Amino acid sequence: MNASAVQSARAVLARDLKLAFRKRGQLVQPLVFFAIITTLFPLGISPDLSQLRNVAPGVLWVAALLSSLLALEFLFRDDAHDGTLEQYALSGQSLTWLLLAKTATHWLLTGLPLALMAPLSAMSLGAPVASVPGVIASVAIGSIALSLIGSMGAALTLGVRRSGALLSLLILPLSVPVLIFGARAVELAVKGDAYSAPLYLLGAVAVLGVTLAPIAAAAAVRVSLE
Amino acid sequence: MPAAPQPTPHFTPLGSLKAENLHLWRGDRHVLKGVGLTAGAGECLQVTGPNGTGKTTLLRTLAGLMYPEEGNVFWAGKDIRADMHGFHADLGYIGHEPPLKPDLTPPENLKYWLGVRRIISKLEIDDALARVGADYWRDRPVRTLSAGQKRRVALAGLILMAVPLWLLDEPTTNLDTQGQGLVATLIEEHLARGGVVVAAIHHELNVAAAGLRRLEIG
Repeated sequence: MNASAVQSARAVLARDLKLAFRKRGQLVQPLVFFAIITTLFPLGISPDLSQLRNVAPGVLWVAALLSSLLALEFLFRDDAHDGTLEQYALSGQSLTWLLLAKTATHWLLTGLPLALMAPLSAMSLGAPVASVPGVIASVAIGSIALSLIGSMGAALTLGVRRSGALLSLLILPLSVPVLIFGARAVELAVKGDAYSAPLYLLGAVAVLGVTLAPIAAAAAVRVSLE
Repeated sequence: MPAAPQPTPHFTPLGSLKAENLHLWRGDRHVLKGVGLTAGAGECLQVTGPNGTGKTTLLRTLAGLMYPEEGNVFWAGKDIRADMHGFHADLGYIGHEPPLKPDLTPPENLKYWLGVRRIISKLEIDDALARVGADYWRDRPVRTLSAGQKRRVALAGLILMAVPLWLLDEPTTNLDTQGQGLVATLIEEHLARGGVVVAAIHHELNVAAAGLRRLEIG
């Protein structure tokens, strides 16, 4: 019996989770990178918390953006190399859907841990404890958008050797809205103001990403298979 | 000779694969120059030709991975472009590289690879792996297996797909004599079930001559 869309997505998800836990190093790398960047700033600026508090939202989000970029290179590379993407394209299932499942797994493995780690970094930069829910929500929703935007870039650069530089060139301009709204939400949360407005906008970017990015990624993967 | 007990065919024979006048360019190279072919139920088409004449390109075009500049491919009388998902659900394609993850064992690989296509039981996977002679090394990570062993796991995947149309690109590469015999047997059984095979194979294929035809390209 043929697998339903949900069952096929589950197979993709289970495979990627299992692989990620067999190769934990790759998983931890972006998180360590994030922690390092955010702890370097106090050394560079000043250990004065009131000053750090002002730059915390920007620092946090630029760090989140860069570390999610770091993880993106691995998103489709191995699968393209060993023929897994080819088999996905020939599976009789929608490639768009399978890539969405793959991107969702990627978010679970990079975006979500990042969101859970962000409050710690925020507090080390002087953010109050009350800002924790805002910081988590901002990074969690924002990283969904980043993973989706990134999936397009990762798919488009599949045919390119050493794709890192090109990938950042493609992705970073598209990520600017996420950076702006994400940092704004954190800023409001740190100040103790209502931060839902920028979160809604972040959510809108994420929804736009869910609807369009997998289609673009699937088209790019098909081209790379030709 | 009494036939060995055959697994129940999971598919209904659907008839033929047909390609008409395929032209394909790679940059400024005219790779496929008006290739046409038919392979009906129970037929194996062996594609031969010197290296670099476009055997892989032909198979990938038949699979719908590449789009020809001219010409069409038909499966069961329908243009494959009209219903690509439906066509792919009937198609098993094994390329040069077995699509396996080095960090997973063969059963894990098969479970996830085929789990995307169909609902598959552990028992089926065990049977298929036994069939390709993987009993002794089936629980080792694929990265520790030899090229021939990986090829055997890919063949197990092909069995498990349970589809009527097989497109095989050099399925016997890296296989020992016994493994090559296994490929021939698998193809024979597939033809007996009414399946269709198009395979790019260099050497003589030991398949009962009735269903075997040759296509020379280049």
